[in-house]
Amino acid sequence: MSEVYDVAVVGAGVVGCLIARALSRYQLKILLLDKEADVCCGASKANTAIVHAGYDPKPGTQKAILNVGGNAMYDQLCTELGVHFLRCGTYVVAFSDDDVQTLDDLLKRGQRNGVPGLRIISREEMIRAEPHINPEVRAALYTPSGGIVDPFGLTIAAAENAVANGVEVRLETEVTGLLRHEGRVKGVVAGTQSFRSHFVVNAAGVYADEIMRMAGLDGFTIRPRRGEYFVFDREMSPVRSVLFPCPTPVSKGIVVTTTTHGNTMVGPNAQDIESKEDTRVTAEGLDEVLHGAQRLVPSLDPRAVIRVFAGLRAVGSTGDFLIEAAREAPGLINVAGIESPGLSAAPAIAERVVEILREEGLALYPKSDYNPIRVPPPDFSELSHRERAALIATDPRYGRIVCRCETVTEGEIVAAIHGLVPARNYDAIKRRTRCGSGRCQGGFDTPRVLEILARELGCPATKVTLNGPGSELVVRGTKEVDH
Amino acid sequence: MTTDVAVVGSGPAGLAAATAAAEREVSVLIIEREIELGGILQQCIHNGFGVEIFAQDLTGPEYAQRYIERARQAGVQALLDSMVLDVLPDRRIYVTNPRDGIVEVHPKAIVLAMGCRERTRGALAIPGTRPAGVYTAGTAQRLVNIEGYMPGRRFVILGSGDIGMIMARRLTFEGAVVERVLENMPYLNGLSRNYVQCIRDYNIPLEFCRTVAEVRGRKRVEAVVSVAVDEQRRPIPGTEEVIPCDTLLLSVGLIPENELSRRMGIHMDPATGGPIVDERMGTSLRGVFAAGNVVHVYDLVDWVTRAGEVAGRSAAEHVLGLDRASGKRIRTVAGKNVRLVVPQVFGLDALLEQGVQLQLRVRQPIEEKTRLTVTAETKELFRKTLRYVRPGEMIQIEMEPRVGRWLENTDSVVVDIAKAD
Repeated sequence: MSEVYDVAVVGAGVVGCLIARALSRYQLKILLLDKEADVCCGASKANTAIVHAGYDPKPGTQKAILNVGGNAMYDQLCTELGVHFLRCGTYVVAFSDDDVQTLDDLLKRGQRNGVPGLRIISREEMIRAEPHINPEVRAALYTPSGGIVDPFGLTIAAAENAVANGVEVRLETEVTGLLRHEGRVKGVVAGTQSFRSHFVVNAAGVYADEIMRMAGLDGFTIRPRRGEYFVFDREMSPVRSVLFPCPTPVSKGIVVTTTTHGNTMVGPNAQDIESKEDTRVTAEGLDEVLHGAQRLVPSLDPRAVIRVFAGLRAVGSTGDFLIEAAREAPGLINVAGIESPGLSAAPAIAERVVEILREEGLALYPKSDYNPIRVPPPDFSELSHRERAALIATDPRYGRIVCRCETVTEGEIVAAIHGLVPARNYDAIKRRTRCGSGRCQGGFDTPRVLEILARELGCPATKVTLNGPGSELVVRGTKEVDH
Repeated sequence: MTTDVAVVGSGPAGLAAATAAAEREVSVLIIEREIELGGILQQCIHNGFGVEIFAQDLTGPEYAQRYIERARQAGVQALLDSMVLDVLPDRRIYVTNPRDGIVEVHPKAIVLAMGCRERTRGALAIPGTRPAGVYTAGTAQRLVNIEGYMPGRRFVILGSGDIGMIMARRLTFEGAVVERVLENMPYLNGLSRNYVQCIRDYNIPLEFCRTVAEVRGRKRVEAVVSVAVDEQRRPIPGTEEVIPCDTLLLSVGLIPENELSRRMGIHMDPATGGPIVDERMGTSLRGVFAAGNVVHVYDLVDWVTRAGEVAGRSAAEHVLGLDRASGKRIRTVAGKNVRLVVPQVFGLDALLEQGVQLQLRVRQPIEEKTRLTVTAETKELFRKTLRYVRPGEMIQIEMEPRVGRWLENTDSVVVDIAKAD
């Protein structure tokens, strides 16, 4: 007889990981599953990294309530988890009379949603705040509570803290069906394995509708909407906050934002697509993004681009987040259609899910030894020389720089590989340490990381992957032959 | 740690600079991030090195070894497996390594010899997916030649830079198939000899005016879509070709590695991507010199070595207090069809004493008789006829002391290259 979990959370994105962590406060047996080889592999790894203030969503919607609520939770959450979060403020920039009218509408909507501190600022004040802004700016809506976060850092930290508090994580485990008994959902099937649980939380991102269909629920569908991005070299990064154009009905528009590591990032455009795996970037899309971004910051120089990428938003058919216990499939809690502002809302979504589970009859007894604090591993680049010397004295591997652009040491990489949610491939290390995310994009570090991964995982180099099976970095030794 | 001269990097420029300085009886410390000296030469196991300096055809490691031995004989010290974290404008250097933790070095002179890095897929914004199997040619070279791993089986190489062409041959030797080398310009970006010896001799198809329109594949590269480009380098719709392969190598240009120089506040030249230097390889910071690919990207190692010798000698002279009095300075200006000129500035005294050498690159190739001129105001100081000029091949000229008298009333000279009439 296999063990029975209290809750199985499907999907280890930022929402799933924060739900698992929120549940880990209680005396529960929790399983967190993901089909990918690491946590943070879907929408959570490819987004604008903005913690929105909450003036965008229509008042009264789940999006509005959870966005404003989630935003307010960020300071404490990121302090507990040791995650980079910066309330740098966000600006919606107006260039025309219509835009100025839009600012007014957004201000009123934001006030109804309960966003604190909103105000419309003059052209001069905007230019003072961001000197590189298009000088044609007329006015802007300034939101002091808006900010940016490291979305990888947050997701991984939440997962690690959940594990520290007893949550079990299974990766490369794709849910292919649900266990059901007398109409009730009793667990999940993943290929040849099955995991019994009293409740299943469906936080499967763009695939959440497919999990719902496994439960016989087909009223809700998710359409992926792709967004493309550019990342600029940190040394040629002109902005220090978040700049939005005036929004359109489908999108908040192409944003120019700083990141928690000081790179300027621009994007996304919005393209509805068919495939839930289609994260291609296109020449047309990139043109659109650059053009849109240069409307806000004309001096953005495409020669300073170090990376392009695309991510998918999980656009639900109701236009709002769907967060509820499924009436027709008791035991299943759906957390679906978590498009923007999903990252901002995620901490509040997690609390909402805990409440729903309580309402559904899950007994929540607080754990006496729950520890909300996660101490982040050392970040060499942020230490003083004195602290660096002390760290190297404890472990010489912190004295060897593997990624020169981002100053990432072998010690940090080894720590990531042996972390509570182990980094078992190149991208997993990159998300945890920034190794390879600088201007040389892995040109220097890749052979070294390959060697370190093979050594620490005890596998041949030919088994080391970029992001899971099928993405091996090298195919054979030079003295071997292909069969 | 104390030393008179610190050299950052131990590639050909760093080794030559360290040796030249040490031969002038000053103490020299090389700081190298690898566990051995030699820099990128160690992974360049092909031949073609040293033809100018030794009149011999050496491999990269052989060439490096000769200078490693010279450096050792001259008494150069080395800090290996050590990365420079910071250099302050007052020349204090912070280095980290696993043995010593953080080391502070405060030399009297510094030679920056960090070399260059490769342009990446991100810098080109190549459309498509982002699977495993996209590498720069140099990363692939390290994997194959140092680590002993094949990064793939079927390759497409974008760019006809020297490393790309050399890797086309190298991978062929190792049993891989190189489906194509694609070059988006109508001419070669590397040396003609590499085209002959690495591409033509192995029947590897090289196509001009084509680039990569898209990378395909989810986990690993499955194909590359190639496309023809027009004169503005824009893709021409309808010319796409899907090339099945598992690896894309990029050989699309090198960028001098000047993060440290920039942080020190050294004045940079946007045309070269390196520091502005004078004829002694001195930068805008007193006592800080630079040499090799960190200044501008060379095509022959022999010239890198020579630049390193100049920088090392100058650094030693600075330590010994033998710096030449700073006389009148003359700027060199890249004129017609000239992309860059190094040094960007030289002393009139230096020209009058011993002449000055200029190195330059053209913007566009001219495959017929070409005239190179150096003029000051309206006076032609130098003229040379060349059989052809190519962007991939650096041009070097010597200005003789006697032309110095024409420079007393001017502060710049202009270099032009144009078709000879």
